[in-house]
Amino acid sequence: MDFKGRNIVSIKEFTTKDIEEILDVAEMMVPYAKGEMTSRLLDGHILATLFFEPSTRTNLSFRSAMMRLGGTVLGFSDTAGTSVQKGETLVDTIKMAEAYSDVIVLRHPQEGAARLAAEHSAKPVINAGDGAGQHPTQTLLDLFTIRREKKRISGLNIMLNGDLRYGRTVHSLCYALADFGVDLTFVAPPTLQIPNEIMTDLKEKKVNVSVHDTMEEAIGTADVLYVTRIQKERFPDPTEYAKVAGLYRVDVPLLAKAKKDMIVMHPLPRVSEIATEVDRTNHAVYFRQAFNGVPVRMALLALVLGADLRSMGGTTGGGGR
Amino acid sequence: MKELKVTPIKNGTVIDHIESGRAFKILRIIGVIEEEVKSTVSVLMHVKSKSTGWKDIVKVEDRELLPSEVDKIALISSRVTINIIRNFNVEKKYRPTVPDQVIGLMKCSNPNCISNKEREPIESRFTVISKEPLRIKCYYCEREPSDIIKAII
Repeated sequence: MDFKGRNIVSIKEFTTKDIEEILDVAEMMVPYAKGEMTSRLLDGHILATLFFEPSTRTNLSFRSAMMRLGGTVLGFSDTAGTSVQKGETLVDTIKMAEAYSDVIVLRHPQEGAARLAAEHSAKPVINAGDGAGQHPTQTLLDLFTIRREKKRISGLNIMLNGDLRYGRTVHSLCYALADFGVDLTFVAPPTLQIPNEIMTDLKEKKVNVSVHDTMEEAIGTADVLYVTRIQKERFPDPTEYAKVAGLYRVDVPLLAKAKKDMIVMHPLPRVSEIATEVDRTNHAVYFRQAFNGVPVRMALLALVLGADLRSMGGTTGGGGR
Repeated sequence: MKELKVTPIKNGTVIDHIESGRAFKILRIIGVIEEEVKSTVSVLMHVKSKSTGWKDIVKVEDRELLPSEVDKIALISSRVTINIIRNFNVEKKYRPTVPDQVIGLMKCSNPNCISNKEREPIESRFTVISKEPLRIKCYYCEREPSDIIKAII
């Protein structure tokens, strides 16, 4: 499909074919993302990064992605000192960014913000997370990680653990994975299990779904273990948080029960849900997963800006700009 | 024997086959509760119906419904019929249909949805996922309202 000028708001708007196409371009970007090759593909283009709430990984990887392709970046990483503090509407801020840049990346605390921004901008808008809503570039980098590490997506058994109820990365990922034909295993305390409406949608898509309370029960058959943090800020009552915090922990003894080639993923930051000893095992791919944000976001920026990928020349061996 | 509890109206609108108990919701939608009403409004509740068991009926004299009111009624009930009466004759009879997009008629029940943010130039917008049973989702936050009738403005 032609991605030029397209908004990236929700993963649900992309077919598996679209996703494969983005991942193929991301694959091409890997040596550039690592700095092993250099490129001027987006020379003369400006990215505006509007972060209405802080985010380390997403913000830095978008900035890195644009710079690796020879483009420049402007924007803010929190609203302090901006017109937003003076009461400017989101639409007015977007109009300003539209005038000053060629592509807009938006992180906003309210659901639907990216959709609204996209309606008011002639320049493409990429959603970098809207409240508890969508975070499509995270989903794409997760899919990219699975495909790179396991050489395929379809047919895998993917086990998701942690906050499955409120975690937006989990919801978007489930929808995307469903179309690739995977089996899904959900491990969470009952209060944080996957919402019913998502379960219904998955069943409609004929996904094999199983639900468990403990990881031990299901880890033996998993190809991918996707762990998420149980977020304290989601609990109005601290005693409720205390009940579920620390319920799950991925450590070396647990991994002894898993397939040798099972991979452990995490969108990061982690707190204590994955023991640091796991970092040294072959199962740990979460740091590579974080790196994958760069080639995936490079691919998206190049595609929505309509860059001619055939011209992706570049020179081997560092140096940069 | 046919028993008429309420006499026919000369001009106006008869909203018939309302699900039993929902007449007051219809009254709220067409504004006869809040507005200053200058003509007669008759409400029949729990009336025997040949086809649907029990039903409610609302008769509003000297008034025809606005398209936005008809759309809202469609969201409340899929079986309602609307009769336009002119000079005691049924001039037009139709069943309101749920539009594919519901714009400006409902408020998103998610308080953190951008469509509820004050001062943004935004009108609420819902996409109809299924008409029978009625399922809609917010175009912005993609959530389904827990209670559609409650969400109607």
